[in-house]
Amino acid sequence: MVPLNWYIWLSGVLFCVGMFGFITRRNLIIMLLSVEIMFNAVNISLVAFSHYMEDLTGQILVFMIIAVAAAEAAIGLALVIALFRNKETITVDEFNEMRG
Amino acid sequence: MPGTYVPTDYLPVLVFLIIALGFGLGALLFGFLLRPRRPYAEKLSPYESGMLPEGEPRQKFTVRYYIIAILFVVFDVEAVFMYPWAVAFNKIGLYAFVEMMLFILILAVGYIYAWRKDAFVWD
Amino acid sequence: MTLANLRPMAPELILIALGLVLLMLDLICRKKEMLAIVTLIGAILAFYFIKGSHGGLFDGMFIADLYSNFFKTVFIINLLLSTLISVKYLDTERALHGEYYALLVFATVGMMTMASAGNLIVLYLGLELMSLSIYVLCGFLRNNIKSTESAIKYFLLGAFSTAILLYAISLLYGSTGSTDFNKIANAVAVMGAGAALKPLLLFSVALFVTAVGFKIAAVPFHMWSPDVYEGAPTSVTAFMSVGPKAAGFAIIGKIFFVAIFGLHVEWVKLLIPISVATMITGNVLAISQTNIKRMLAYSSIAHAGYALLGILTADGDGLTAAMNYMLIYMFMNVGAFAVVIMLRTEDFAGDELKDYLGLAKTHPLAAFLMMIFMFSLTGIPPTAGFIGKFYIFTALIHSGQLKLAVAGVLISVISAFFYLRVVMYMYMKDPEVETPVSDSLYLKVALAISVVMVIVIGVFPGKFIEFAKASLILQ
Repeated sequence: MVPLNWYIWLSGVLFCVGMFGFITRRNLIIMLLSVEIMFNAVNISLVAFSHYMEDLTGQILVFMIIAVAAAEAAIGLALVIALFRNKETITVDEFNEMRG
Repeated sequence: MPGTYVPTDYLPVLVFLIIALGFGLGALLFGFLLRPRRPYAEKLSPYESGMLPEGEPRQKFTVRYYIIAILFVVFDVEAVFMYPWAVAFNKIGLYAFVEMMLFILILAVGYIYAWRKDAFVWD
Repeated sequence: MTLANLRPMAPELILIALGLVLLMLDLICRKKEMLAIVTLIGAILAFYFIKGSHGGLFDGMFIADLYSNFFKTVFIINLLLSTLISVKYLDTERALHGEYYALLVFATVGMMTMASAGNLIVLYLGLELMSLSIYVLCGFLRNNIKSTESAIKYFLLGAFSTAILLYAISLLYGSTGSTDFNKIANAVAVMGAGAALKPLLLFSVALFVTAVGFKIAAVPFHMWSPDVYEGAPTSVTAFMSVGPKAAGFAIIGKIFFVAIFGLHVEWVKLLIPISVATMITGNVLAISQTNIKRMLAYSSIAHAGYALLGILTADGDGLTAAMNYMLIYMFMNVGAFAVVIMLRTEDFAGDELKDYLGLAKTHPLAAFLMMIFMFSLTGIPPTAGFIGKFYIFTALIHSGQLKLAVAGVLISVISAFFYLRVVMYMYMKDPEVETPVSDSLYLKVALAISVVMVIVIGVFPGKFIEFAKASLILQ
């Protein structure tokens, strides 16, 4: 069997990739994708833990995360569209209606 | 760091990967070396099933597709909860059945709401 | 299992049914005021059922106890007050969409689920139900750039913090083998305090602090909150400055005080600088604000810092004080926002500080109410705000954190500057513009409830402290 460590490292690296993308990219859609990558990194580690501990709880949580992430993506995209209609841009640096 | 474990179980996958890669690249390379090269304008234009290509390849899609897509994403993923339920149906019986019906009822309320708010109107 | 077995979650079930009914009513009912009335009736019904909800459900995944009932009381009162202040406001903003009330109700159910969670999975689901509803509520004025922009900002950082929370959950699950709070607590105890702690576990603690910090807007995870509070519809700002914050403290009680209490030395170390930085940043930045919603946003950051001080004691007294602080904070903050909404009329925004110039001359009652709320937010006796701070600082001193208590008192002196500036503007300056005020009956009821509670808690604190104390029997 592949050692648990490998999965933990994979999930950790993937999580960092997502986090890095979220912090450095300025396009809303890409930022949304980065968050999705972070969620999926968590899913990998949960499934791995769940498999190695022979306990189903982790996989149940993964189901929940998948379903909720879909709802989250839908809401995020809807907000992006609403914003685009008002502002004609999806670059975060141009969101400066409020200052102080 | 990962230890000294060597994933021998996955060796066939690696072999398969190498063969697939080799075959794909090999076929392309083979064709590239053998085929004659006589380009002219019609040959270089993108193939659109015999039609003349018109318009920009990167068109903007109407936003309506996107509303349908969102609704699809939301309602589609819910099916994930029905598989475990269906598989274990014999063991968990009536209680779970009622529970699943409630779940579907709640989804249906959302669906009716979207429908009555004209989310599916196509014009 | 029959319906009677579900009694412990009756308030949640009632509110879910209410939310669904509201969605359906919205389709057939033209007059949107009806929806507000239905919401009020449903919420009062749920409120009535809180008392007597006891026991665990679904193998301890959902636990209704006195602790969760305390928070549910806060959440439902918050829902009631927010509904009351929304009716006229939505009309003024021309945002009469029926889903508003349904979203408020669903967000409240999410918070209540968080308070009742006995398991990290349920906690996560409650958190997401709350967050997703509030993202939409923030962007509710969908033709208003500020509103949509605030929604996007809240959404992005909210989703980011959720991802961090999930990672913390997965690490905690991996190192303890369970998602049940009590089982985690046992596993942590077995692993033993100190030397043999797994690095994964400590990493997970740090991630929990970060994620919860985002949710309650503690420094350095507060960047989103001023923009979001300013841009969101004012009634939503009132709702979300209290609800998610109180829910954040509810899960602090669940995670830090139950699941990983064995590591309290570690998380207290992390929280001390956070809470001090939160108080300082919130209060200092509030001074330079000219927009009252933004000022109240920074003030809400600062108040999260005070409440965190209570958590730092890592004992029951401190948690009681923090819970009590949330109850008090709800009344004074929603009250202050209700006055802000009162000034919002057809073609008058009324959210700039200069709109309050000479308010005492044009509208003495509105000015008087604002003064009470500002005094309470500052913490001047005999208002409730004083009691809240008093118990926090007492708990700190009892647990030997004298330095922090002194720091807290000193920092709250700074806050007097900007709160009392509003009072000074209202009472000692002449009006620049004629400020009209709204005359909604609902709004008046909300104001009356808030001001009465602020005074009553301030004058007779005993009963409320007892209420919070009695609630502190975890599981």
